[in-house]
Amino acid sequence: MNAIVSASGLRKRYKNTTALDNVDFRIESGRIVGLIGPNGAGKTTALKAILGLTDFEGKLDVLGFDPRTQRDRLMEQVCFIADVAVLPRWIRVHEAIDFVANVHPRFDRAKCEGFLARTKLTPNQRVKQMSKGMIVQLHLALVMAIDARLLVLDEPTLGLDILYRKQFYQSLLEDYFDENKTIIVTTHQVEEIEHILTDLMFIRDGKIVLDADMDTVGERFAEVMVGADKAATARSMKPLDERQVFGKSIFLFDGADRATLEAMGEVRRPSVSDLFVATMKGTYA
Amino acid sequence: MKTFYWQVKREFWENRGGFLWAPIVTGVVFLVLNVMAIVAAEVMRARNGIEIGGNNFRVLIEKASSGDLAQVGAALDMTMLSSMALITFVLAFVVFFYCLGSLYDDRRDRSVLFWKSLPLSNTGTVLSKVFSAVILAPAIAVVVGIAVGLVQLVIFSLVLSFHGINMWELLTLAHPVRAVVSLLSSVPVYALWAAPAVGWLMLCSAWARSKPFLWAVAAPVVAGLMVTWFGIMGVFNLPTQWFWSNIVGRALLSVFPGSHFAMDKHAFRGMSEGLGEAHNPLALISPTQTYAVLASPNLWIGVAAGAALIAAAIWFRRTGDDS
Repeated sequence: MNAIVSASGLRKRYKNTTALDNVDFRIESGRIVGLIGPNGAGKTTALKAILGLTDFEGKLDVLGFDPRTQRDRLMEQVCFIADVAVLPRWIRVHEAIDFVANVHPRFDRAKCEGFLARTKLTPNQRVKQMSKGMIVQLHLALVMAIDARLLVLDEPTLGLDILYRKQFYQSLLEDYFDENKTIIVTTHQVEEIEHILTDLMFIRDGKIVLDADMDTVGERFAEVMVGADKAATARSMKPLDERQVFGKSIFLFDGADRATLEAMGEVRRPSVSDLFVATMKGTYA
Repeated sequence: MKTFYWQVKREFWENRGGFLWAPIVTGVVFLVLNVMAIVAAEVMRARNGIEIGGNNFRVLIEKASSGDLAQVGAALDMTMLSSMALITFVLAFVVFFYCLGSLYDDRRDRSVLFWKSLPLSNTGTVLSKVFSAVILAPAIAVVVGIAVGLVQLVIFSLVLSFHGINMWELLTLAHPVRAVVSLLSSVPVYALWAAPAVGWLMLCSAWARSKPFLWAVAAPVVAGLMVTWFGIMGVFNLPTQWFWSNIVGRALLSVFPGSHFAMDKHAFRGMSEGLGEAHNPLALISPTQTYAVLASPNLWIGVAAGAALIAAAIWFRRTGDDS
C-alpha cells in the first residue's frame, strides 16, 4: 500500500509523563487526517516525531525516511505549520520568499506570489507589523507553493478570527489538496474541519483510541433521540454517552444494530465533537 | 553552496543592526566627535591668535629629514586606525552577543519551528552562523573601519591644508593601502583566534533552556573560582593564573580582536623584526605580525577546542526539544 507515514511501537517519555505509549498507525496517501485529542494527550509529540523534531523509541517511517536522522532530506517533501506566529518577527515578506525560494528545491515562487496577491500583504512588510491572521496567510502562501507530499498542521488556526479560519481551510482545499498530497491536522476546533476530514484519529493519554476513516465512523457510530418511555431500553444497550435535550434523551452508540436503533427514534450521524466528548469522558477527572 | 550563501544572507538580514549599522554608527559618531574637536581647536586658535602650523610648519616639513617624515606618516596612519580601534571594540560586543543569541533566540520565539520545517541540515545552519560571526561581521567592520579611516585622513589633511600645507604631499606620507591590506588580512587570524569563544558561546546558546548569558559567563567564572580556592592547578604544576587566562579568558574574551596580544606570548614575536619602524602603528597589525600567532600552539589548541564546542552545539541543535 501507499503509506505516507507508518509507525509501530512509537514511544516517547518526558521526565514524568508518557507522551506516546506504544502507538501504531498508518496514514495513506491522499488523505486528510484529523488527529484529535485533549490537551496533553500527545498530539504535538506525535507530530514532532513525524517531523524529526524530537527523539523517540520505536519505528517510524515517513515517506521512506527516518525522521531522526534524515530530517533535512525529509523536509523537502514535508511542510509544517505550527500554531500561529512561528515565522520570525524580523523577517520581511520578500525576504521570506527569497529565502525559501533559494533553499527549497520544490518551491514555486510564482505560485506563492499569486497567493500573496490575494492578500493585503506588501513585500516590505515585516512579520512583527502583521496581525496573527496575516502571519498565517503568509505562512500558508509559502507552504502551499511548495510541492510537498505531506503537510502537517498543528493548531494552525489558533487565535484567528472566524473569517481567517474559514479562508484558511477553504484555500487548502481549493488550491492545494489533491490525491497526491496528504494532510495531518490537529485542532480543538473540531467542527470546522469535520467536513474536510477523510480520516479520524483520537488520541488519549498517549494511546490511539480511535483510528478510522469517516465512512467507517458513520457506519459504526450512531446517535439516536429517544423519548422518555424508551430511555431505559436504550440505556440497557450500553450507550457511549447520554445527554438530555428538550426532555428527550440522545444516546450515542458504537456498533449497535441500525434497525433496533431506528425502532427507538430518530437516528443521526454523530458530530465529531460529540463523538470526541463521549470518547474522552473522564480524561481530566 | 547556494544554500549556505542564503543562510549567511539570512543571518545578515536578521542582524543588520549589529553587523552593519553598529560599526557605521560608531564610525560616524567618531568622525563627528573629531570634527567637533577640530572646530573647537580652530576656534581656540583664532581667539588666542596662536599660529600652530602655518608657514612654520611648512618650513618644518621642507627641512625635515626622512626620519621625521616617517614620523608624520606614522601619525597620519594612527589617525586612520584610531577609528578602527573603536569599531573593533564594538565589533567584539556584537560578535559576543550574536553568538549567545544565535541558537537561542529562535528557540525562545519558536521560529525555530519554521527554520526546521525547511530542508536545511542542522550542521549547515550552525556553520552559517559561525561563518557570520567570525568572517562576515569582522569583514564588514573592517570595510567600514577603512572607509571611516580614509574619511578621517582626508579631513585631517584638509584641515592642515588650510594652514598652508600641501594636502597631497601629506597624504603620500600615509600608508592607506598598507593599512587596508593589513586589516583585511587580519580577519582570518581573528576567525581562528576567536574560535574557542565562539564555540563556547554558541554551545551555551544551543543548550541553555533560558538565560544563555548567565550560563556562558557563570560557568567558566565559577570554575575559575573553584580552581583558585582549591588550588587544583597545583596538581598539574601550573599557576592558577594559567586557568584564568587559558580557559576562562579564551572561552569568553577571545572574541575581542587583538586579544591574542594580551593572552599569547607568541603574538609579539614578530615585533622584534619590525622594530626598525616600531614607531609606526601599522607595524603592530602588519600581516607578518598578525600571522606570527599562527606559530602558537595556544591558537591551534583553541581552534581544536572551538571545533569540538561547535560540534557539540550542532548536536544540541539537532536534539534540542523545548516542548
